[in-house]
Amino acid sequence: MIRVVLPAHLRGLAHVAGEVQVEIKGPATQRSVVDALEASYPTLRGTIRDHVTQQRRPFLRFFACEEDLSHESPDAPLPDEVVSGKEPLLIVGAIAGG
Amino acid sequence: MSGVRVLVGTRKGAFILTSDGKRERWEVNGPHFAGWELYHLKGSPADPNRLYASQCSGWFGQIIQRSDDGGKTWTQPGTPPGEQAAPGGPPKAESNKFVYDTSSETGKPLTTHQFYDGKQHPWEFKRVWHLEPSLSDPDTVYAGVEDAALFRSKDGGKSWQELSGLRGHGTGPKWQPGAGGMCLHTIVLDPSNPKRIFVAISAAGAFRSDDAGKTWQPINRGLHSQYIPDPNAEVGHCVHRIAMHKSRPGVLFMQKHWDVMRSDNAGDLWQEISGNLPTDFGFVVDVHAHEPETIYVVPIKSDGEHFPPEGKLRVYRSRSGGNEWEALTKGLPQRDCYVNVLRDAMAVDSLDNCGIYFGTTGGQVYCSPDAGDNWTPIVRDLPAVLSVEVQTLP
Repeated sequence: MIRVVLPAHLRGLAHVAGEVQVEIKGPATQRSVVDALEASYPTLRGTIRDHVTQQRRPFLRFFACEEDLSHESPDAPLPDEVVSGKEPLLIVGAIAGG
Repeated sequence: MSGVRVLVGTRKGAFILTSDGKRERWEVNGPHFAGWELYHLKGSPADPNRLYASQCSGWFGQIIQRSDDGGKTWTQPGTPPGEQAAPGGPPKAESNKFVYDTSSETGKPLTTHQFYDGKQHPWEFKRVWHLEPSLSDPDTVYAGVEDAALFRSKDGGKSWQELSGLRGHGTGPKWQPGAGGMCLHTIVLDPSNPKRIFVAISAAGAFRSDDAGKTWQPINRGLHSQYIPDPNAEVGHCVHRIAMHKSRPGVLFMQKHWDVMRSDNAGDLWQEISGNLPTDFGFVVDVHAHEPETIYVVPIKSDGEHFPPEGKLRVYRSRSGGNEWEALTKGLPQRDCYVNVLRDAMAVDSLDNCGIYFGTTGGQVYCSPDAGDNWTPIVRDLPAVLSVEVQTLP
């Protein structure tokens, strides 16, 4: 199981309180994790990546194991610590005013 | 006793204000969707418990919310609320999917418009500015979006299809964004003719369809905008808002960037009715529920200074359909007031003594239960108000 930490507003949309866990069939990548998230929590569709382009939204970033993975290929394997469940994949909203 | 429900969209959530017909004591419910921008909420005229809301964020994009119980509970249409997807597979969850139509079946609508640099720029969906439920069917609702286009849902907001004849009618390449973006912000449905729809776009102008949205024509004759070199420009006008009285759907009132206008022929020709207003810049315009020649605007100092002239918040009322205006000030701040009133932030109820409502960027929502003679703030300290709608309840 992959552990995922969502920003507070997306936790609200998904009606979850803490971390979520998703099961991945096949390689664990950013794409497969978001696919699994959207399948389990359909209210998140279009909020992490654009509905049409499937691109990550500009003000969201992916972190894990103290590394910024946002510019990695969406099909690159996630770190072993994330795959094993030792570390979560963090989906983080950019810090911005307002 | 009948009552009212005021739907308020703000920069940081939605609020629902309710009162009985006296409109003296109010219950404030919210924030709903705290932290999100709520550009607009509106109830279905065919089912007052059916509400639609446009929720958006610079981080997470567009969300459509729907309530079937007057705002007590909300769901994203087409998704099971708070539940994981069923084993049979997840629902489509397309309530926030707005895809511009580029199909060959609809004539390959154009996919670029003029941009700030004078070049052509692809249409890019950003947000829903305005939701207009059908007058007769609770499941049908129109959405005006940025970049400017009109979408319609016939399944209660679960899915959306573009009415692409608007974007593709011919002048589209000349449309360009105003400072607030290139948005379709006004949708007016003709109660006497289900095939007639009016929309307004900043900064393109006003448009009318007489075939339920299939084809469109610009209706901007008589509009003059000082920043457009061509005095007879067909498009390019920065229309801020259009209002209509249901008993006279051929008469339209418009607050343009500058100038308050009216048309007596469904937009074929406009004439200026700014008259004795202290300034004819502004955003809102609305019509009394029972007096089709009584109209309201809130003059704003200028396009460079978006606040009331002299620091005095004044609603102006004309009982003659324009030109002759009176300032309504009782209960409104008459010194040191520097708020704005945005284009979707005025509404009227249809109680016997017509109530007028407006919200400010300072977070106040004002109500006049007597057609503008006296005003009181329902709330004073909300986030900046983006939209105000009111439902008159039985």
